[in-house]
Parts: sequence; structure tokens; C-alpha cells
Amino acid sequence: MDFTLKIWRQENAKAKGRFETYHVTNISPDCSFLEMLDQLNEQLIQQKQMPICFDHDCREGICGMCSLYINGRPHGNDTGVTTCQLHMRRFKDGETIWIEPWRAKAFPVIRDLVVDRSAFDKIIQAGGYISVSTGGVPDANAIPIPKEKAELAMDAAQCIGCGACVAACKNASAMLFVAAKVSHLALLPQGQVEAKRRVKAMVAKMDELGFGNCTNTGACEAECPKEIKITNIARMNREFYKASLT
Amino acid sequence: MAKFFNSSIGKKLMMALMGLFLAVFLVVHLSINLLVLKNDGGESYQKAVEFMTSNVLIKIMEVFLFGSFALHIIYGIILQIQNWLARPVRYVKTNHSQTSFFSKYMIHTGLIIFIFLIIHFMNFYFVKLGWVAIPEGATHRHDFYNMVINLFKNPFYSWLYIIFMVLMGFHLHHAIQSAFQTMGWNHPIYTPIVKFIGVAYAILIPLGFAFIPFYVLYFF
Ligand code: HEM
Ligand code: SF4
Ligand code: FES
Repeated sequence: MDFTLKIWRQENAKAKGRFETYHVTNISPDCSFLEMLDQLNEQLIQQKQMPICFDHDCREGICGMCSLYINGRPHGNDTGVTTCQLHMRRFKDGETIWIEPWRAKAFPVIRDLVVDRSAFDKIIQAGGYISVSTGGVPDANAIPIPKEKAELAMDAAQCIGCGACVAACKNASAMLFVAAKVSHLALLPQGQVEAKRRVKAMVAKMDELGFGNCTNTGACEAECPKEIKITNIARMNREFYKASLT
Repeated sequence: MAKFFNSSIGKKLMMALMGLFLAVFLVVHLSINLLVLKNDGGESYQKAVEFMTSNVLIKIMEVFLFGSFALHIIYGIILQIQNWLARPVRYVKTNHSQTSFFSKYMIHTGLIIFIFLIIHFMNFYFVKLGWVAIPEGATHRHDFYNMVINLFKNPFYSWLYIIFMVLMGFHLHHAIQSAFQTMGWNHPIYTPIVKFIGVAYAILIPLGFAFIPFYVLYFF
């Protein structure tokens, strides 16, 4: 398959970026989006040009490092997958593909398609944990948890912190990410002790870092590669009211 | 507490509560408006207007109502400005995500409602207060019946009013279910019902309001 690529290039955080046009040919339909970019980078290196910087790590959809806003959608035109799991067969032969970095004030571009997502780490540091002394591994089922709660907590825990929710949201809001983390812990008995402090601190940090406000538009839910539901946002709101008003 | 009302979620909760209060008010307003259509020369309508302008409880509610409008609008604008600032560099290829359509235009439909509100006040409320001269055809400051009929006899005014109502419907289409989500009310059984009622409300209320100028214009 052949593609025309319009890719955002930017030397560093301060530089003014621009779109560059590239052509790739003979791409296998079974190759992943990142592998296609690898091939382009090989080409660029041979031509003694700077390769394109993009984030990636596991390449199996579990680490949350890959990003890319592809043809107007974070992680491209497939549902429930990360960019590393997106295959070129999802595109039309000869298609022009626009590739942009995540755009948000809280996610500044570092270089080309790489953005600084440490704002998410700061939100986690504000309260997305449980303070326990980590001794030996506790017995399974030592703490009984109802099946439904365990399922909901597991669903929320699937969030890999990729930031597609922020990228997709017209307000660059981080509500889905924060809601997933708050829900994950709020649903489990271990999370109860610090529940009130946690939700207040994480929401305050999220606001402080310059993410937008939720307007219940649902773009996050539509684009989340882990299909985190906005019911988690409603749960976080409930937790927040409970913590702030009681 | 101050922290709560300054937080993103706190501000949204205020908007949602104020918005729902406005939505309840619209039902009361519409039920009075529909009396215009009663074939009694405006007698029942004027009676209702008199009640609404003289009752003490209604006066107190009026303060709440203006407060709600003001806060809903102020918070709406503040949140929207913050949301624009949260993405200083826009995408070139715009978002193709599957989302609710009307939710993207809340600030626009909201500001259109605000413009309508100003026109509406010029035509009625300010006349009542004596800030705007009594229009031709009306006998006194509280003669809303004749003011309504005269305005709606004008096809330009009536059709503008109808268009405003359609746009208000767009606002309400997203608003009702959104307010419940903001309040943290999301439930596998009840949320589909809330969404259904929200959409039904967003269609029926503007339809009710829009029916009056239509009727006055073509069947009176
Ligand atoms: C008939 C009058 C109005 C009613 C019944 C109404 C009702 C509502 C409701 C219930 C919401 C949902 C709140 C939420 O999502 O939590 C909402 C959202 C909104 N309203 Fe209104 N509204 C009215 C007028 C206005 C006006 C005059 C403005 C002027 C700026 C406005 C601006 C907004 C904005 C920007 C939102 C988006 C909030 C969001 O989605 O986060 N509204 N409205
Ligand atoms: S909620 Fe979904 S889109 Fe947002 S960071 Fe987590 S996995 Fe990524
Ligand atoms: S590279 Fe790890 S999720 Fe894509």
C-alpha cells in the first residue's frame, strides 16, 4: 500500500512547528501504524534527514505510551485500540493521512509528535494511590469484595493513562482519566480510607494543571482505547460531592 | 466550600442545578402562555398574568429565577473560556469522534437564548416595569394579551420567535441529560429514561412555545 503522510514537525518545545509531506510505498496492510512510521524513519535516515520522533514502548496496547492524532481521531480510525495496535489495512490505499500530536495546554509538545504527559503523573501523585506498608503478598480473598464491584473496579483500572481522552475532548478535559483512577480505588475497600482526600486532591490538581472542564460531550468515551465509560465521571462527581459537602 | 465552588466540578454542578431550575420554570411559563390560545378574548391569560405579577411567592421565585439565569450564564461563559484556553493550538484535521452533536454548540445556543431573552424583556418585562413605552394597541402596562397578539401578528417577529425556539430546543436536547450526568446520576436503568425524557422535553417545550405565534399568525 502507498500513503501520503502530512506529519507535524517541531524541533523543540519553543520552536514553531509545521506540517511536512512524506510518501511511503510498499507498506504491508498487516503492518501496524508505528511500523509504517518506522519504515518512513529508515527512509529518512538513509536520506540523512532527522527521523520523526513519536512515543511508543510496549507496542502491544498495554503501556499507554503511544499517542498520535490520526486524521482527526486519537489513536486513529479504529475503536478500542491504541496506535500501536492500529493496522494499515484500516486505511485506503493511496490515502493522505494527517498525523498531529495530542493538543492540550497541559500536554506541551516536546518534539515532533512527542508531548509531555507528566501532568497525568502529577495528578496521580496528588492522590492516585493507597498508602499502605507493602509487606508480603496478602492472601487472595482475605478481603471479600462483591463481584460487581470488583468488575467495575477492574474496568476502571484498565486505563493506561495514554491521554487520548484529553486529546479527543473539545475542552481538553482530563475528567475520564481522573475518573477512571478515582473510581478504581473508590470501588474497593482498600481505597475507602483515603477516598475523600484523594478525590479532592486529584480534582484540584487536574484543575490547576490547566485541563478544561467536562461538558459531557462523550468524545473521551468514544476514543478511549480501553473503552472506559463516562459512568466513571458520574461516579467521580458523586465522590467529589460526598467529599466536599459532607 | 469556596474551594468547591471554584472547582471545575463545583461550577458544573451550579450550572446543572440552575439549568434544571430554568427548565422547570419553562414549564410554568409555557402553561401560562398556552392560555393565550383560549377563545375568551384573553381573559384567562390576563388573570394568570395578574396572579404572576402580584403574588408574593412568585415575586420571591422571580429573584431566584433571575439569579439562576445570571449564574448559569456567568458560569457558562467562564467555563467556556477556560475550555478554549485549555487547547491553545488547535488541530488541523478536526475531530471526527462520535459524540452528541448538540453538546458541541452549547455556548452558541446558550448565547442565542440570551439574545432572545433581551428581546423578550424589551417586549414584556421592561414594559411592565415602565422602562419601555407601552406599545401601540396595548391599553396599559400589564396588558400582555394585546402585546402578544400584536407582536405575533407580525410574520417576521413570529418566525424569528419560532427559530429562537428551535435553537432553544437544541440547547435543551443536550442540557437535561447532561445535568443529570453532572449531578452524578448515571445508572444502567434510569439513565436511558432520563435521556428519553430530556429529548421529549427538548422537543415538546419549544414546540409548545412555537405553536402560539404560529396559531396567532395563521388561525386567529
Ligand atoms: C431557557 C434557558 C436555559 C435553560 C433551561 C438551560 C439549561 C441548561 C442545562 C440544564 C444545562 C446542563 C448543565 C450541565 O451539563 O451540567 C445547560 C448547559 C449550558 N448552558 Fe444553559 N440553559 C439556558 C440558558 C442558557 C444561556 C442564556 C446561556 C448563555 C451563555 C447558557 C449556556 C450554557 C452552556 C455554555 C452550557 C454548557 C455547559 C456544559 O455542557 O458544560 N444556557 N443549560
Ligand atoms: S481514560 Fe482511556 S483515553 Fe483516557 S488516559 Fe485512560 S486509557 Fe487513555
Ligand atoms: S506502545 Fe504501549 S500501548 Fe502503544
